[in-house]
Formats: sequence, C-alpha cells, structure tokens
Amino acid sequence: MYAAQTIPQIDAEIAEKGHFWMETKYQEGNRIKNMKELMSGNEAIARGAYEYGVTFASAYPGTPSTEITEVFSRYDGVYAEWSPNEKVALEVGIGAALAGAKAMVVMKHVGVNVAADPLFTVSYTGTNGGLVIITADDPSLHSSQNEQDNRNYARFAKIPMLEPADSQEAKDYIKSAFEISERFDTPVFLRATTRVSHSKSVVALEDPIQREDTTSIRHNRDKYVMVPAKARIRRVEVEKRMEKLGEFVDTFPENRIEMNDPDVGIITAGMCYNYTKDVFPQYSYLKLGMVYPIPVNLIREFASKVKKIYVVEELDPFLEEQIKAMGIEVTGKKIFPYTGEFDPGVVETAITGSSPNTFNFPVSIPPRPPNLCPGCPHRGLFYVLGKLGVFVTGDIGCYTLAFMKPLEGLDSCICMGASIGMAHGMSRALKDKGKGKIVGVIGDSTFIHSGITSLLNTVYNQSNAVIVIADNSTTAMTGMQDHPATGITLQGKKTKELDFTALASVLGIENVRVTDPFDLKETEAVMKEELGRDGPSLVISKGPCALLQSKQHEKIIPLRINPDKCTGCKLCLRLGCPAISWKRLEDIDVTIQKKTKKQKGIAVIDSSLCNGCGLCDQLCNFEAIEEAQGNE
Amino acid sequence: MNNTTRSILLAGVGGQGIIRASDILSLAMIEAGYDVRKSEVHGMAQRGGCVTSHVRYGKKVYSPMAKKGDVDILVSFEKLETLRYLDYLKPDGKVIINDEEIYPPSVNLGDVQYPNNIIELIAGHFSNPKVISASEMASRAGNHKTSNSAILGALSLYLDIQMNFWESVLRNAFSEKILEANLKAFNFGRNA
Repeated sequence: MYAAQTIPQIDAEIAEKGHFWMETKYQEGNRIKNMKELMSGNEAIARGAYEYGVTFASAYPGTPSTEITEVFSRYDGVYAEWSPNEKVALEVGIGAALAGAKAMVVMKHVGVNVAADPLFTVSYTGTNGGLVIITADDPSLHSSQNEQDNRNYARFAKIPMLEPADSQEAKDYIKSAFEISERFDTPVFLRATTRVSHSKSVVALEDPIQREDTTSIRHNRDKYVMVPAKARIRRVEVEKRMEKLGEFVDTFPENRIEMNDPDVGIITAGMCYNYTKDVFPQYSYLKLGMVYPIPVNLIREFASKVKKIYVVEELDPFLEEQIKAMGIEVTGKKIFPYTGEFDPGVVETAITGSSPNTFNFPVSIPPRPPNLCPGCPHRGLFYVLGKLGVFVTGDIGCYTLAFMKPLEGLDSCICMGASIGMAHGMSRALKDKGKGKIVGVIGDSTFIHSGITSLLNTVYNQSNAVIVIADNSTTAMTGMQDHPATGITLQGKKTKELDFTALASVLGIENVRVTDPFDLKETEAVMKEELGRDGPSLVISKGPCALLQSKQHEKIIPLRINPDKCTGCKLCLRLGCPAISWKRLEDIDVTIQKKTKKQKGIAVIDSSLCNGCGLCDQLCNFEAIEEAQGNE
Repeated sequence: MNNTTRSILLAGVGGQGIIRASDILSLAMIEAGYDVRKSEVHGMAQRGGCVTSHVRYGKKVYSPMAKKGDVDILVSFEKLETLRYLDYLKPDGKVIINDEEIYPPSVNLGDVQYPNNIIELIAGHFSNPKVISASEMASRAGNHKTSNSAILGALSLYLDIQMNFWESVLRNAFSEKILEANLKAFNFGRNA
C-alpha cells in the first residue's frame, strides 16, 4: 500500500506518550511556561518582543512584515501604532527610545528607503533605550516592486544586523537585538525574509519578563542635536562602536561552527542555512546569526578547519565580498544566482551542478495572475480610465493589478506615492500635448503614506494633471489595516478621521469631486469634466473594498445572465471580473436560440462568486443581467 | 523514526482555504509527534492567484520548502493547479485532486481553453491519482465552505496520523457553529 511505503512510522515511544512538549502542556495544565507552538516568523518576532518586555511598536503595513505589528498590538500592556509611513514610524520609535523605552519599528524592505533619512543619523545619536528596526526583505518579489538586499543598509548606516533562520531564532534574536541595542547604545536591525516571516515552525514559549518603567526625560544636547559640530564628534563615536561590536561578534553565541566533514565548509545565514542543511547535512557549517559586522576571527578559524568553502546567500554577495576582502578564498556568486529566493533545489543544483529529475507535461498551462476581487471598487474606475485612453501613473496597492488585460487602465508603478509626482512631471513636460490626458491614481492609504506633499506640489507648481484617490476605506493589499482616514487606530480606538476633501481644499485645490466607482456613467462624466479643466483637480473615487463589504455583512444579491437574452457580445467580459466567464455554444448543455448568426457563445456569471456590484448590468445593452433567484 | 523529511504540497487558488487546511494538517502532525515546518506566500498572491503551501515533517526538519521532484503527496484543490505543480512531485508520488475548475482570466475571456483532459493526462504518468469532489461533499455536509476539510479527510487516508489526533485538532480549529459540518466533510473525504 502507498502509505506504508512512503510515510515514516512514528517512534513507538512518541506514539505512546505524545511529543515532549505535549507532555509538558498536559502536566502543567494551563501554564504557558515551556509550552511549544507552531508559529510564523512574524508571530515569533512579536512574541519575542513581548516576552522581552518591549512595550512600544510603530510601523506601516507592508508584506511580508505586516503581521509582526498586528500580533504584537494584541498583547497586554503594549502600545502599538500604524504610523502614516515608515519614516514617521522610525521617528516615533526614535522618540520612544530617547525617552528610555524599548521600541520596535517594523517595515518591509522598501520601507527602509522611506525611513532612510532618520536612519542614517540615529546611528550617530545612539538610542538611550532600546531601538530595533525590523526589515522584512522579499527575495523573488512575491509582493514587492523590487528585491533590494537590505543587508547593505547595515553596512551603509553602520548599524549591526541580526538575521534569524526560523521562528525559534526569530523569537530569540529579537531579544538579542534589544540587548545589543541597549549595551552598545545603537539602533539594531533584525532582517527577516519572506520565507522566515511567512513560514511556520515550532517555538518554545516563555513567560514575559516583568520590567519596571524606565522612561524619563533626559536632556543630552551634545548627543541628540546633530548640528555639524556635534555630529562630527558623534561620527567618531560610531567608529569606536563598530570596533567594539567587531570584538563582540566573535563571541556572540549565535555565530556558531558546526563541524562535520572538513572537506566542505558552508558559510551562511538566515533561511539559506535550512535549505543547505536540508540537502547537505554532512558538510561543516559556520552559521551566522549576525550578518553585520561579520566575526572576522571566527571566520578565519573556520577557514583553517575546512578545505573548500561555499558562501550560500540570496541576492547580493554581501558576506562573500567581505570574506574575500579578508584574503580567504570562497565560492559564492560564481555558482549561485544573484536573483530570486533559493530553495533546497537551487542550493543542490549550484553545488553539485546537476538539476533534479522533475516531470513536466508538454501542455501549456494558462497562467493565473492575481486579480481584483468580484465587487472591487477599483474595477469601475479603471474600466473608465482604460476606455478614456489616458496615461495613468499608478501607485502601490491592489489597483496596480488594473494594468493587466482586459482593464489595461494603469501605465506605471514605481513606489509608494510616485503616481502624483509623476503625473505632475509628465503634465508639465508635455505642456499642451498632455492636456486632458494625464491621470495619477493613488489609494487612500498610499496617499496618506506619501501623496500629500506631491498633491501640494501640483497646486504650488500648477499642472493640469487630474489626481484620483481610489478610496476603498482600508489598506486592502496588506490585509485590511486601518489608517488615519478610517478613524480607527491599530489598537481599535476611535480617533479623529482625516477628511480628504477638506485637506485638498486647504492645500489649495479648487476642483475636488467625489464619485462612486460603482456608477460607470457618473465616473466617466466626472473624469471627462475634470480632464477638460485647466489646473490641478482631485477626484475622490469612493467605494468600500469588497472584502470590507463582506466583513460588514452587507447583504449581497448575486446576479446571473439570462442565456435567452445574452447575445455573446463579450462587453461584460471587458471588466475582467472573476465571476464572469465565457462559454462556447458547443460546451453548453441546453440549446440556446442564437440571437445573431455570428454568435459563438454566451457569458455566464458564477453566482457563488458574484457580489452583486452591478457593473456588468450597467454595461449590458440587452438587459440580459438579472438578479439570481432561489437556489441559483 | 528515521531522519527522512517528507513533503506534502497543497496547491490551489486564493480563497479555497488552502492555508487554513495546511495549518490544520501541520497541527495534526505535531500532535502525532512529528517536527513540522510549513511555508506559503501571503500578500499580493492572495487575490485570486495561485496559492501553494509546503508542509514538511519528520524527526527534525530544516527547510520549510520542498525542492522540485521531492514531494511525496501533491494535494490539489483545483484541477488546473495540479498540472502547474506536478514538477514538484516524486516520480512515485501520490496525487490527490479535487475535481473543481476555477477559470483563470485568460480562460474567462475566451482567449484560451481550459484543458479538458487533466485527469487522464495525470493518470497516464502517475499511478492511481485520487480524484474527489470536495464541493459536493461540502454541500452534503451542509456548508459549502467545508471543501477544504473534505480534502484533508481524503489526504488523511495516506498519512500515519491516528484519527483521534485529527479530531482534537479539528475541534480546536473551528467554532462550535461550523464544527459539525467540518467534521462531516472531513469524514466524507476520508471515506471517499
């Protein structure tokens, strides 16, 4: 039988008693001490911070980092906030640390670009309390616009960086990061990658440390006022700190040698350790827990013990170049890819030179890209923009997906907030040629993140660009986080709600319109009017996220297509709604009267997917779309 | 228990409850005494795109991701997705296929055809693919959102995890309101 051949039998002892941690769980009843749990890296970072007595976190949501702050915010006795962007989040964290708190600031890799300005100077001032910046990198760009290697920021800003390989280490390293921050008076990076953040492994839980309140106001103008005269002095302190950290890393226990076969040595860190260990358990390892600064003496010791060394690291040859600079011969990017995340197969292929024997069918498999949900408010807006044929500078959010067929309503995406500045720049460069043809589209959360100053610029430097805030009342892409315009904080408190219309008027925009993206005629009319004007205007396209609608349990009446009325014109298909599909006449069970000689099929709505937004009904010229009734 | 790490790959379309199912699977394995690591990608890929979850188990697991050609069981929640990830399966691996079709955009638009001979193609190369109709089981169980439990039930037949471990994990995973339907769907899958 299949099962007997391929599935290992459980140890008789384990089968009888259950696993060791379950024993503890049962013996100690509800006590959490020594209990183990399956946790994602992100959950483990939050848990580790809580156990260590961290009470302060600030962040802006961004895959793969988002859950760290969400999970942390639910622990007792902590303060956690969504800041409007990563720069603000870091400045908030610096303030908290200077007041003596242990503060954690969380962001995705590109968020560090936004926060880079305060980052480079807080390295000079030091932190007083504890300050740990979590950067969640995204090799393979699962949900990002680039795959920059943020280990470079550690060297660039002279800030030490730890990198865990699994959830247990994620929980342990966040504690080490705070210890190092407080001991050396420095901000510390904790770097995760998507696979660490979003994979799950078993973690041992501990009770949180109960700490006294250490916050107070401590003036120290020599240390915190970074004017040239003072910053020059601190600059020297940074080098002294790096020297001390250089001595420390050689003794840091999370940099460890695992001696085995001395013929081959692997130097690696983070998730790559697991991939390599999986396929080459027989080799010797230098597993680095701290990737900056590197432990020079430990590396020399390891190099003296093994014959051939491979450096296994994703993205940049960050460790490889530093080790080579020490005069040690290693093999790295000569055989490993520069791009994309690794897996055990990538590591095995690089080292052995042979690919695994895999099976592929000689059939073409239609791709399945992500798509806007049925009932998404962005669909109507981008259908109209696509139809108008304007150049749309886009931004970061679900709506970026509108670049694809069939909507094709978005022409660029660079970074958070870029849409508005780019629309203005294009409009100014094209002069009259661009009039009525340039639209910048930005989501509500993204607008608050980094669109407000650019909108002010369109007023200050007067362009004809029409800016649209695609306002779905949430931060949808990262999983429905609140923001200043939802009027609710991360920890669920009601707060002052940002009013986009009032804001635009204060900035000096004379033409502010609010439209309903579920009304195609109105959206088209408003866009045409605003495109026809001189000077900047703002359209707020306001309709709730489809996921928000189902969260609020709004009643959904799904639609169907009457096959006797559908002429197969395919107009509704141009919405790209996942609920609407094309059926060829020969694939339909019941016979259908052809409405035209050329009719080849009909459109069909899957009522179980439809959320009844009614866009397709507005497009249909044959009244073929009706409410699905009864047991449809 | 020897030191071999085994791999299960769950594949399907965003919204089918794949990540939930793989969480339950992982917890059942932990209850049964294995070390478990799992991995999936969240975020942009959730919006109707492909979703996969790797679950790896054994005495001590390192990588949460399987390499291609090394998966023991491919559990596909959607027919087309089975083809997309077959290269992960071992030559003598097991395929479990939920007989459901969800059209990708290019098929919806009528640009390309949904392949109509998926099961036959697979059966030609892998012995005895197990085909189940999870949505039918879910509706028999009284809740159309229990398809993933039915698929887990079908998978459970091929794993050395005692029924009491599954039951304790399932009982913790669902609220009172939907627990019975999920248990029913699981059993329909297990007996399919």
